[in-house]
Amino acid sequence: MGQHVAIILPHPDDEAFGCSGTILEFREKDIPVTYFCGTLGEMGRNMGSPFFANRETLPEIRKEELQDACKELDINLEMLGYRDKTLEFEDRTEVAKDLKQRLEEINPSLVITFYPGHAVHPDHDAMGAAAIKAVEMMDESKRPEVWAKAITHNRRELLGEPDIVRDVEDYFEGKMRAIEAHRSQAEGMMKQFRDSPNLKEINSEGRKLLKYEEFYKWTF
Amino acid sequence: METIQIDHVQKALEDLAHKDVYIHLETTNGAYARHFDSNAYNVGAFIRNAQVKYTQAKIIGHESYRVGLKTQLGWIYAEGLTDWELDDQGRLLMAGHDNEGRLMVALEISETPFK
Repeated sequence: MGQHVAIILPHPDDEAFGCSGTILEFREKDIPVTYFCGTLGEMGRNMGSPFFANRETLPEIRKEELQDACKELDINLEMLGYRDKTLEFEDRTEVAKDLKQRLEEINPSLVITFYPGHAVHPDHDAMGAAAIKAVEMMDESKRPEVWAKAITHNRRELLGEPDIVRDVEDYFEGKMRAIEAHRSQAEGMMKQFRDSPNLKEINSEGRKLLKYEEFYKWTF
Repeated sequence: METIQIDHVQKALEDLAHKDVYIHLETTNGAYARHFDSNAYNVGAFIRNAQVKYTQAKIIGHESYRVGLKTQLGWIYAEGLTDWELDDQGRLLMAGHDNEGRLMVALEISETPFK
């Protein structure tokens, strides 16, 4: 267990769906957690029915939701200010340099990010790649451990069993509160799990994704 | 946003004609389309703050609308628009949403750059 955990993910709600059980467990042990959130999810599609947002009001709404979720999880928040869906087109070295500087300020013992190439959304892949590059650029003696989250359907086939599988059942209520803090996202995402054409498979995977938080340890 | 009323939108479009305006145009089926349905394809296009001047604008359709802008050097159009709003900054926002309120297409016109 680390002494300061850095979470590096691109969208408000990635932390809630992806690793909030793990975050809650760290916080229970009084380990500080800082969330470096890449964008404000400006390009989210869910505007509600009836509408609660339009393309121009969505960023501010999601920013407030993000702040609420971080309060719920009791973690520090740093917003990186990139724009949703453009992260992969940024200069990766520049993004990594900025991250490295921010990481050196908190000197984390653990970084949690997405597994590049196995994270489905282009922003996920790009954020994960930049985070890993940032850690790689650090002095070897100061490098934190990196846990990478893979969410592709074929991850086990290609990457093998995850190194870390955490059953977060005990933190499930807190996790659901963090997910629900992202009001604009929670409903749409949960419905997508329910309505998917690959219904049975996805549903069981959806539940498993929430009950178990899996990570691959990155080797440099 | 509210359901498009064609006369109101036509007037708003004409009010912004012959002016230097900034355009936001996007269409998307979401970054997870293929993840949730292996038969689907992720497609999308996005331009923000393209500066243009259009000389002619029309909205055409029934329930779901098309908007075409004839610019000095070419064209801009969007299809599938269902809702609109003139926001508190005087920007003309138009978007097409599916039955669950998910944005599929957006065309927005502003006299000042979008943030």
